[in-house]
Amino acid sequence: MPLFKLALRNLLGGGLRTWLNAFILSVSFVIIIGCQGLYKGMARQMEHLAVGSYYGGGQYWQANYDPFDTLTLDDAHGRLPDALQKMSAAGQAVPVLKRQATLYAQNRVLNITLNGIKQEQTIIDIPTARLRDTGHAIPAIIGDAMAKSAGLQQGDTAVLRWRNAHGTFDANEIYIAAIMNTQVGVIDQGQVWIALDVMQKITVLPDEATLVITAQGSAPPRGADAGNWVFRNQDFLLTDERNMMTSEYIEGGIMYAVFLFLAMLGIFDTQILAIYHRIKEMGTMLALGITKNDLIWIFTLEGALHSLLAAGLAFIYGTPLLIWFDRIGFSMADMDQFGLALGDTIYPVFTPGIIIGTAILIFALTAFVSYLPCRRIAKLNPTDALRGKIA
Amino acid sequence: MGETIIKIQNLIRSYQMGSTTLNALNNVTLDFTTGEFTGLIGPSGSGKTTLLNIIGSLDLPTSGSAEVLGRKIETLSPKQAAVLRNFEIGFIFQTFNLLPVYTIYENIEFPLLLQPQLKTPQRREMVRQALEWVGLADRAGSMPKQLSGGQCQRVAIARAIVKKPRLVLADEPTANLDAQNSANIMEIMLKLNRELNTTFIFSTHDEKVIKHLRRKIKLADGQVVSDESI
Ligand SMILES: Nc1ncnc2c1ncn2[C@@H]1O[C@H](COP(=O)(O)OP(=O)(O)O)[C@@H](O)[C@H]1O
Ligand SMILES: [Mg+2]
Repeated sequence: MPLFKLALRNLLGGGLRTWLNAFILSVSFVIIIGCQGLYKGMARQMEHLAVGSYYGGGQYWQANYDPFDTLTLDDAHGRLPDALQKMSAAGQAVPVLKRQATLYAQNRVLNITLNGIKQEQTIIDIPTARLRDTGHAIPAIIGDAMAKSAGLQQGDTAVLRWRNAHGTFDANEIYIAAIMNTQVGVIDQGQVWIALDVMQKITVLPDEATLVITAQGSAPPRGADAGNWVFRNQDFLLTDERNMMTSEYIEGGIMYAVFLFLAMLGIFDTQILAIYHRIKEMGTMLALGITKNDLIWIFTLEGALHSLLAAGLAFIYGTPLLIWFDRIGFSMADMDQFGLALGDTIYPVFTPGIIIGTAILIFALTAFVSYLPCRRIAKLNPTDALRGKIA
Repeated sequence: MGETIIKIQNLIRSYQMGSTTLNALNNVTLDFTTGEFTGLIGPSGSGKTTLLNIIGSLDLPTSGSAEVLGRKIETLSPKQAAVLRNFEIGFIFQTFNLLPVYTIYENIEFPLLLQPQLKTPQRREMVRQALEWVGLADRAGSMPKQLSGGQCQRVAIARAIVKKPRLVLADEPTANLDAQNSANIMEIMLKLNRELNTTFIFSTHDEKVIKHLRRKIKLADGQVVSDESI
């Protein structure tokens, strides 16, 4: 029997109330898909930027290197294995030497990580060409977040103090050759970049490095070729960024959970009202020979079909809205506090997975919320129902 | 006389009202045969609706038995009772009870939709015929709220009769109708009774109905006080 047709008829018979519920639900549809698309877009962009400005096609780490423990930097250096040496010479990889150091700038004392990077590299986006020696202080590049926390501007000087390979303290003046406009935290916060040859000289670590960044799309040598240097692929390197994205994502989820909750409340309420107001109708249907199970089905389906109407509405006004959103992007200028690696404008990414996943979520929730009040139909007494009385 | 289609024996239906027990039906024993045009007559509260509901398998006896069309009501599962109502029994109510969001056509079609063996063309033909019986062929596309009370009750008759049930139970069908409409629907039901040999059992205290009855069963306080056939 065409329960579907009956349910749809009942639903549309609900008039304005039905459309109001469907509209609120459709807003949830659009918001959820919009947010998910935005997060997906953010995640893509962030990964893109992080890969472009630091992770490259993956990195080789000297065996002792542990980015979560700066103390290991003392020992995390070594000569490049031949294979990496070759890659570096061929412009397929760039070595980076890292040491702890202290920066005295504008009456501030900052513990920083000093990074030495080959000036001629083109593998990552750091403008290393600016590290060209001009003869006096050591040229250095810092990111804008670092510049802010150190109170430094381009052309400023500061004093750098470090320990060389023999454990002896040394100090020199650096000047800020460039400030990078970057949103990639790992190359910015607490990081100072100088030329690799200068770094190797002042730390007395000739030809040594801490890690090697490979070019995107290069074919990195495997296994024995890299000696005891460990290859870390993009997925590994992006773990932190992805985790951060996930927590951002959960925070954003609360926003649309509220909307979804309101929509569900509306439908739940409508269902309860329907069951109270239409008790006599149900009694009549029972007298006409419908079974209680079918009756439960009809009323559940009727509520659940709100999601279909909502999907239709969402499609009608949501599609142009999301396409527009996709074109103009979403300005992230004031969202620096997230510490995410983002450009100024995020372009959302709407995958079929997002759309289908959202639809399934909403269909399932709506069906469930519609079913809940219908359970009492099972306890309905047909004679009471015909009198318009709920037992 | 036709065959016996309803056999009611020592039927008691009681309601527990706090500490007292109210017997809506008190030891009723009755038989009905095919083709009857019978009324349960009595004042409000005498048990007419209760008896119709039990015959219609919407309610259960507290004790005693009611056998309807070969089935013992008290032994039916809810599903079996639904099947019995769907295929064999038509209901007509005092308040018409049309389904408000369906058209007249769809209201009449509803019981047929519950019978999976009926295909669309068959259903269409059956609804068309039922509409003709009650003289509403031109109102198929209307909504119930666009119809007068008399027209609504005619739709209800069409809905009860469309599946050609063996038994129609009509609970005070004229109570909300004026004299003209009452006479009109009684005529329709008499005609159906004659032509289809459908058994009609009414509950009523309306003279306009009573004068058409061939058998009058008087109820008072849940008991049969007289049972006359003409
Ligand atoms: N669900 C119920 N709960 C309690 N008492 C009921 C219920 N249904 C009917 N009754 C009582 O049973 C008696 C018979 O009712 P009913 O069969 O509706 O009478 P009638 O249809 O002749 O007016 C009345 O006294 C009524 O109050
Ligand atoms: Mg009554």
